[in-house]
Amino acid sequence: MTINTSRRGFLKGAAASGAVLLVGARPDGALAAASSETAQFNPFVKIDADGTVTAIVKHFEKGQGPATGLPTLIAEEIGLTMDQIEYEFAPSNPQVYNNLLFGPFQGTGGSTAMANSWLQYRQAGAAAREMLINAAAQSWGVDAAGVTIEEGIVKAGDKSAPIAEFVAAASQLEAPAEPRLKDPSEFRLIGNETVRRKDSAIKGNGQAMYAMDVHLPNQMVAMIKRPESKGGVANGFDDSASKEVKGYISAAVLPNQAGVAVYAENTWAAIQARDALEVEWDMSGAETRDSDQIKAEIMAALDAEPEYNVNKADVAAVSAAIDGADKVIEKTFYFPLLAHAPMEPLNCTIEQTAEGDIVLHDGAQAPTGPHMAYQQIFQLPPEKIHIKTMLAGGSFGRRATPDADYQVEAALAFVVTDRSRPVKLVWTREDDIRSGYYRPAFGHKVRVGLDADGKIVGWQHQVAGQSVIKGTPFEAVAVHDGVDHSSVEGIADSPYDIPGMALGLTDTPKATTVLWWRSVGHTHTGYVMETMMDTVAEAAGRDPVEFRLSHLANTSNADQQRKAEVLKLAVEKAGWGNVPAGRAQGIAVHKSFGSYAAQVVEVSGDPENGIKIEKVTCAVDCGIAVNPDVVRAQMEGGIGYGIGHVMRDQITLTQGAVDQYNFPDYEPLRIGDIADIDVHIVPSAEAPTGVGEPGTPPSAPALANAIRVLSGVKVTSLPMSENGVSFI
Amino acid sequence: MALTLKLNGETHTVDAEPGTPLLWVIRDELKLTGTKFGCGVASCGACTVHLNGEPVRSCQTYIEDVEDAEITTIEAVGDDKIGAAVQQAWVELDVVQCGYCQSGQVMSAVGLLSENPKPSVEEIDEYMHGNACRCATYQRIRAGIQRASEILEA
Repeated sequence: MTINTSRRGFLKGAAASGAVLLVGARPDGALAAASSETAQFNPFVKIDADGTVTAIVKHFEKGQGPATGLPTLIAEEIGLTMDQIEYEFAPSNPQVYNNLLFGPFQGTGGSTAMANSWLQYRQAGAAAREMLINAAAQSWGVDAAGVTIEEGIVKAGDKSAPIAEFVAAASQLEAPAEPRLKDPSEFRLIGNETVRRKDSAIKGNGQAMYAMDVHLPNQMVAMIKRPESKGGVANGFDDSASKEVKGYISAAVLPNQAGVAVYAENTWAAIQARDALEVEWDMSGAETRDSDQIKAEIMAALDAEPEYNVNKADVAAVSAAIDGADKVIEKTFYFPLLAHAPMEPLNCTIEQTAEGDIVLHDGAQAPTGPHMAYQQIFQLPPEKIHIKTMLAGGSFGRRATPDADYQVEAALAFVVTDRSRPVKLVWTREDDIRSGYYRPAFGHKVRVGLDADGKIVGWQHQVAGQSVIKGTPFEAVAVHDGVDHSSVEGIADSPYDIPGMALGLTDTPKATTVLWWRSVGHTHTGYVMETMMDTVAEAAGRDPVEFRLSHLANTSNADQQRKAEVLKLAVEKAGWGNVPAGRAQGIAVHKSFGSYAAQVVEVSGDPENGIKIEKVTCAVDCGIAVNPDVVRAQMEGGIGYGIGHVMRDQITLTQGAVDQYNFPDYEPLRIGDIADIDVHIVPSAEAPTGVGEPGTPPSAPALANAIRVLSGVKVTSLPMSENGVSFI
Repeated sequence: MALTLKLNGETHTVDAEPGTPLLWVIRDELKLTGTKFGCGVASCGACTVHLNGEPVRSCQTYIEDVEDAEITTIEAVGDDKIGAAVQQAWVELDVVQCGYCQSGQVMSAVGLLSENPKPSVEEIDEYMHGNACRCATYQRIRAGIQRASEILEA
């Protein structure tokens, strides 16, 4: 079909037979409409001739809710019920389906799915609405201003018809340049507590299709035998024992020699054949350090001059102020490596079509990553590579590696075959725990001086750990003046008004492959900032809530006020200060990914015989809560993720090899670990900000603070179970 | 070797070696993908199916041991009124997030309610302990079981 550009710069679909209305954005971001799916642009809204509206969702669904949230935006603006809209995942196209906060890169991360889609998807819905209304107005010979769409029914005076009647005519109209968005007072679905997830039923009855559930005709299952330590090189193998396994096909050293691919007819045969395979490894370049050595390097860095003076502080003056203070509080913290361990082990399936195109079936968190990598590996132009995004069984950051690690691994396992059979790469849980990417280990050393009135006169804060961003393609945009912001986020940008702050950072040498892990740097900075606020308040003889509020006292600073309000709401809802005998409360509040979350953790018991987590009360300000119950669920999940890991999880290395192997020694949070979670959302008119991650940072320090109040034990090294605190 | 399985009310003949976990026969041979692989060591519960009405971890249940059993998977558990009640409660409360563990959660919840129609919170926590959810939907799993109990009582 031909595409005409109108004088206002918007695309209009030329006459086409299909009564299909597509509304979306052109590569330049302008809204566009066309009358067929074969248009040159990729849309956000598709309406079939029968009136079925489909939202094209550009973010993958790992449980955080975009398969509900983005359709909500479109349904709201068109005027539909949630039952009248379906969803499907967008193809890979970084020009059309990019994350608006990431540049020309399609991906989900940093809790941005709703924040970057908020206006874009509403505009797409509003444009479709105006075109349907204009078509109805023309058909009925009435003024468009008097036409409405509610619950999928177009109305004008005494005339009414379902939208299906106008899809064909609307598809011939020009997309409006600036469709009118609904005023928040008109919202029926946004902010509506009764809106349910679109993916609940299929996930409760086994119909949901994850990448792990892909079974292509004639596919092989591939598993990779990897070295015990990162950096080992495969030089050859002996598969004589593997040949005894029924269903074993063959094995091949990967082109990069990072491992040996074992191919089998099914998953069980692949597991057995890989177990039986003997590989000749060259381990001369492999990592050989123990995690104790890595920890020692980090702790030594905390005592040395920091590599970067992050906030350009007058360090000598801050240090002198602390030296001269009435009281000095000094604490050193250590955070171990952590695995993400999403419930669905990593996997993806790759096939070559008869036309020579490559198709990847993947729970694709960042499709542009594998899409770019595959252009090199397969020497194909981008349009010959297709990514089918499946539901993802969790991620917590793991499915978005800067080097597209597992998708590249699958491609390497595929290119060494004759490509006649699709290859499904499957990781086991042991692969996930032992061969993965980790939240880097970090150390902090904080020295705070208080004057005689209990006021902070200096806060000297040293951070040391392995940078997540350096050495990746994101370095150019995310590292400034040598500082990887993700190592110090949550301190460098804390809304707290802290006098005499000096923040130093040292990057420690590469210890293993590291990666963002739900809430990234906030996983450790939130813990340090919020346990220190409690410790310093205690030293000052002040209430921890009042002490925090006194550092959020600037009424003209919206950032401080939002943080203060969320803290106050958590205090109110938790019944702060009114705990039954034998229990204690701890509090923490933290801003991350544009949102503010405060939590009160209530505990009983004692560290020696077992702490019981009785209740977590959470208040969150994430701007407009598009789907309030999804926001609540994300807080519940973020709290569980944060608390579960600080309770008892760590990844340790011996001679470079990971000591843990599976859930029995990387124990997930269990149902009995947190007795109750109660979430409250601050009403807001601000644009939506993150919810996937902001629930995590305050959870662990609120628990630590509760344990301190209950027992006096201050846990500064994690996990808690390895540092004097047991749980029941 | 050829084995006969009674699964979801139907008889299937499958070709599998002794020692093959039931999980992989269900997923790879019968192509019923609702039963999930999570850990392979009976530590997460994602692979839970019913064997004569009792929840078992199919990753540690061997094919030669189940020839005479009635096997039920997530695809058919809703045919039973307890399964239907649990699935209804799961939707009402939007229990799921990523959803990958939820087939196993539902199968275990049905197992619990089959033997204890009105479980206490403590009984729920104890029975469901082996079903891990990395999204930490536990609050809602607990509430979902209580809601299913109400539905069944009504």
